Amino acid sequence: MTDVETSVSITVDGKQVDAKPGELVIDAAERNGVYIPRFCYHHRMEPVGMCRMCLVEVDTGRGPALQPSCMLTVAPDMVVETESPVAKKAQDGILEFLLINHPLDCPVCDKGGECPLQDHTIAFGPGESRFVEEKRHYEKPISISDNVYLDRERCILCDRCTRFAKDVAGDTLIHFQDRGNGTQVNTFPDHPFASYFSGNTVQICPVGALTAKPYRFKARPWDLDVVESTCMGCSVGCRLVVDASRNEVLRYVGVDSDPVNWSWLCDKGRFGFEAVGAEARLSAPLAKDATGTLAETRWADALTAAARAIKTGLDRSGPAGTAVIGGARLTNESQYAWAKLAKGVIGTDSVDAQLGDGLPAAAVAALPQATIDEACAAGGTLLAIGSDPKDELAVLFLRIRDAVTRHQATIVELAPVPTSLTELAAHSVRTVPGAVHETVARIIAGEGDLAAVRDQLAKGPFTVLLGRGSVAESPESVIAAAGALLEAFPDVRFLSGLRRSNVHGSIDFGLAPGLLPGRVSLDDGQEWFSRFWSTVPAETGRDTAGILAAAAEGQIDTLILLGADPLGDFPDRELAARGVAGARTVIAVDTLPSASTLAADIVLPAAGFTEVDGTHTNIEGRLSVVNQKVTAPGTARPDWMIAAELAFRLGADLQLTSVDDIWDEISEISVRHQGITVEQLAAETDGIVLRPAAPAAAPADEVETNAEDAETVADAEAQEQAVAADAADDTAEAEAHEAAATEAQAAAEAGEGDDEADTVDAGPPGPTPVAFTAPAYEAPAVDAYSLRLVTYRKLFDQGTIVQAAPSLAALAAGPAVYANPADLDRLGVSAADRVKITSARGSLATQVKPDATVPVGTIAMAAGQGDPSPSALIDATTAVTEVRVETIA
Amino acid sequence: MAVTDAPKIITTRFDQPDGHTLDGYLRTGGYAGIKAALAKKPADVVEEVKTASLLGRGGAGFPAGVKWGFCPPGVFPRYLVVNGDESEPGTYKDRLLMERDPHQLIEGVLIACYAVGCSQAFLYVRGEMAFAQERIAAALNEAYEAGYVGKNILGSDFSVDIVLHWGAGAYIVGEETALIESLEGNRGMPRLKPPFFPAAKGLYLQPTIVNNVETLANLPWIISNGGASFAALGAENSRGMRMFAVSGHVKNPGVYEVEFGVTTFRDLLYAPVYGGGIRGGKELKAFIPGGASAPWLYPEHLDTPLEAGVVGKMGTMLGSGAIVVFDEDTDMVKACLRLVRFFARESCGKCTPCREGTSWLEKILERILDGHGRPEDLDLLLDVCDNISVGMNWPPKQTTICPLGQSATTPVASAIMRFQDEFEAYIGAPSEITVEVKGPAFVGPYDAAAKEVASVD
Repeated sequence: MTDVETSVSITVDGKQVDAKPGELVIDAAERNGVYIPRFCYHHRMEPVGMCRMCLVEVDTGRGPALQPSCMLTVAPDMVVETESPVAKKAQDGILEFLLINHPLDCPVCDKGGECPLQDHTIAFGPGESRFVEEKRHYEKPISISDNVYLDRERCILCDRCTRFAKDVAGDTLIHFQDRGNGTQVNTFPDHPFASYFSGNTVQICPVGALTAKPYRFKARPWDLDVVESTCMGCSVGCRLVVDASRNEVLRYVGVDSDPVNWSWLCDKGRFGFEAVGAEARLSAPLAKDATGTLAETRWADALTAAARAIKTGLDRSGPAGTAVIGGARLTNESQYAWAKLAKGVIGTDSVDAQLGDGLPAAAVAALPQATIDEACAAGGTLLAIGSDPKDELAVLFLRIRDAVTRHQATIVELAPVPTSLTELAAHSVRTVPGAVHETVARIIAGEGDLAAVRDQLAKGPFTVLLGRGSVAESPESVIAAAGALLEAFPDVRFLSGLRRSNVHGSIDFGLAPGLLPGRVSLDDGQEWFSRFWSTVPAETGRDTAGILAAAAEGQIDTLILLGADPLGDFPDRELAARGVAGARTVIAVDTLPSASTLAADIVLPAAGFTEVDGTHTNIEGRLSVVNQKVTAPGTARPDWMIAAELAFRLGADLQLTSVDDIWDEISEISVRHQGITVEQLAAETDGIVLRPAAPAAAPADEVETNAEDAETVADAEAQEQAVAADAADDTAEAEAHEAAATEAQAAAEAGEGDDEADTVDAGPPGPTPVAFTAPAYEAPAVDAYSLRLVTYRKLFDQGTIVQAAPSLAALAAGPAVYANPADLDRLGVSAADRVKITSARGSLATQVKPDATVPVGTIAMAAGQGDPSPSALIDATTAVTEVRVETIA
Repeated sequence: MAVTDAPKIITTRFDQPDGHTLDGYLRTGGYAGIKAALAKKPADVVEEVKTASLLGRGGAGFPAGVKWGFCPPGVFPRYLVVNGDESEPGTYKDRLLMERDPHQLIEGVLIACYAVGCSQAFLYVRGEMAFAQERIAAALNEAYEAGYVGKNILGSDFSVDIVLHWGAGAYIVGEETALIESLEGNRGMPRLKPPFFPAAKGLYLQPTIVNNVETLANLPWIISNGGASFAALGAENSRGMRMFAVSGHVKNPGVYEVEFGVTTFRDLLYAPVYGGGIRGGKELKAFIPGGASAPWLYPEHLDTPLEAGVVGKMGTMLGSGAIVVFDEDTDMVKACLRLVRFFARESCGKCTPCREGTSWLEKILERILDGHGRPEDLDLLLDVCDNISVGMNWPPKQTTICPLGQSATTPVASAIMRFQDEFEAYIGAPSEITVEVKGPAFVGPYDAAAKEVASVD
């Protein structure tokens, strides 16, 4: 079976093995069942060969010599001895050296029980130490960041954390200091290890030198009960392990998922576990009592009251009077249940999981998708529009950074103000807020300096990271830019930059206006879904801004907030307040209290992440499993169960009795998920990537998984099919669809209409997913007398989860406003002045910091950092936010 | 005595009061070498240096002309880095060359750059050598002003920029890959070779030639007088003249330029023009032949010529050309501790065996001197050494990236194997040594009579 071209034959401990060309000896040996001990080597980082633990005897023809196997590339006929007397003596010696100054305080060390130094000492080390001198002493432990302690006595100076900080995260804040036996890892004074990724250093530390404050002294590893899951902190979908003890989540540990997170987690994801057990968790239903204050009530009473409100609304205004905002927090299965309740029982299409801070779901659903691996391909090009990945999709930033710094990828960044990608980008172009499509048009035309950008994009298929960089402008410009790129470069693919945890599931499962599960439009899906649901909305509903505007005008009877806090989160604070106040009844389904749950009439407590089973859909459309580890507080229930209960009280039966049950229904009804079984989902730990469905549904055995080497090729083929389908003649497509529908009907009749499952199995594939239509959009002309507002996201903000996790709450930077010094000079504003910033919507008083990286004519302010907040300035119905700045006398 | 009358080559201006100035340099034939070099093809300059058989004077003793040839062809830019981080205890020859004849070094740099095809050179001078830095800075300014350095040197199309860089005070930076790291602005820690052989992947991962100050200082004379004239001096495998720094218990410590390979240790330590004999008329007990890292030699080795090959076969080295003399009164346990402490303090901390092992050695030696030694400590010391330098052999096989850790083991092995009785005197009990030590300089055979003279009464 050996392919001479693609393998190198080496001998390891007398056994001939096949190594990959260019592979390191340490990896080749491990793949072939020989584990070489190591401390400094970490396969996601460049080797440094400094701990010397992996010394093996290698003969490349000039006699055996000790060599570090982590720095040695395999060569033909290499002979490696990992257990020869010389190699064993060296390994013994290294372990003895590492232990002479190690405090051996294992009984009080968090790492004890899962410590590579302990394990290696048992497996490879000498039985006892000959060291009788005094050990090295340092102050124990010192705090190097808000969440990480460093115990320098335990440190074995392997360079893993320092390499991670410098090479992986790009936050060069921890360093080796001093020398010889006094060498230590430390920060410089006044420069703490303030990295979004600091927790990873704790995870990769091979001893207990770095410990996480939130986990310190909480448990011993052997007491932990673990389950693998998928982080729902944002939409990247990092794989992690949930560690719990006595029904309490104590930490998350990153899992090395090759296509996604490479074992890394961001600190928000890692330490967000504290929000699970937060005291503030909603644990019993609440309803407004006679005095108008929220008081605990029974589930039966709360659900009955909620159903009564919905029914009353239906009687008064029909389905359009009921609206649902939110749902991105939910698992795929809960999203489907809620979509079925809202669209298939109540009949309203005014359902939107995004809070006016994302991109139109139908557009995102229709763009050709890329995976993270494709976006980060070696030598590839990534065009970033909108979102700042470090703040919005933190671990994706690490993947992008790796692609640039180690694999010659090229970044083109289009953003109104500098982002984390600016220093990595080959081309960093500043755009006028709300007019990125104009810049894209000039790139496509190759105007002036932008010709170089066009040439870079023309080099080959590239990926666009498409997000909503600023909520102070409408998303039309971004979508117009995507449309133009798709037309100019037909091979282009898009990686969604939408950040809310399962926002991509919400797009797939119909928690978006105009979409039904499977990314099908209302028109296309009307007939198909009528066969499974008791009703299907006929008219496209409102998005969140539309819902709030309608509610403000008294047109919404029942507003359901599904894990959404429009009062705190919607970019336009005034509209949110009027909307929530204007709805006759507000029902909030949530895990934690927020401004919006406090304003609700009925609050239903939901079970959250780690408390529910299900699946998650990430930015790539990757389905991966989410597992329950602990029980929800009090009587909180999974969201899907709440939907089923409400449906029951509305006189309908969702016929959904378990998570697996829901998935079975999804795999029948959703054209995007057809044929994917619960068993497959459980088997594929790296998840299953969904591609835009081709007109014919993929049979189960053709479902693409990452476990297969042929993935890229298969994906490319599927992609070509999809593009071809998009480009197909409209008439032909319509005919095909009609034919399919007729067949379905025939099949349904043949199956006597009451056995749906059989019908679907025998029947046609169902409706076609939505196609992309580029909107016509023209940005308003720049007003020379105003500054245009850019409002971006930070990883740590005043959001509910961050604020419920004590270790994260303080990391939110707080509000700040930045403008170009030239603008401030022109306006006669100094950094010390208090200013009034006024838009057509409202005003706020603050100070403005001069920042030369903010382009002239632009003013920048982070969202979600508390007051003063840009949400006082933003009008969700306008294309851009123009503001004026004047000093307050 | 075989003190030869060979002409001095690189120390001719040491006694000239203005030898460090451009005027003084030009008056004594300065910058003739670069003029001669520019008249030749670069390849011919390389040939001339190969003919001279100039061995690198930094410690490893690799032929300079051959080293230059290791740059992969056609890969540019290439850099020349001058290793002026002279820090080996007992070594102070490069400091004098930089202080007293900086133009000679600059001219050597120009010739090397021309030969190798470098357009930029970096002069890395040890941080503590303020005077040398000043002298080089002044000389560089003069040379730039006069058109010897910079664009279109002497009207030719050959251009070189020379950058003076000050070290930050780390011995390890004398190791060429650590020096390159430091020059790049990083912490001075050695890189693993392979893959980071400087000639292939050096400064900024470009081909880089790292040469010692003394090596380069020889180039003007070689080009002016021809490689053959240089090769006519010295012995078979050690050509030309070489500087040795003599220190310790001699009457006349100092730097002497002697004919390489012909002069013996006895000449250098006892001749009136050189060391002048042991201070106070005492007997010689031992000497370090090539810097603190070198295994020790003893009175019976005095008639060995200063010849790299011969000394290498004895299990030690001429290294950086530093000869440190111990007289009969020297406490060899304390001498051993002093040397080990130096290496322990200067370990960069990168490799575990060196970082942990050298300071462990230091702690054991301290304990022995404090009167708390145990009979098993000598075996322990040697086994710790063995875990840093496998088999205590020569040339050494180390478990570390660079030879620093191994350097700390040589004084331990030398002292214990030759002066076991002195250790036992501190321990107060006899010791048995079971660890196998292979290096020929450590294990003898020693001249029994000489040992008797050397030992403490």
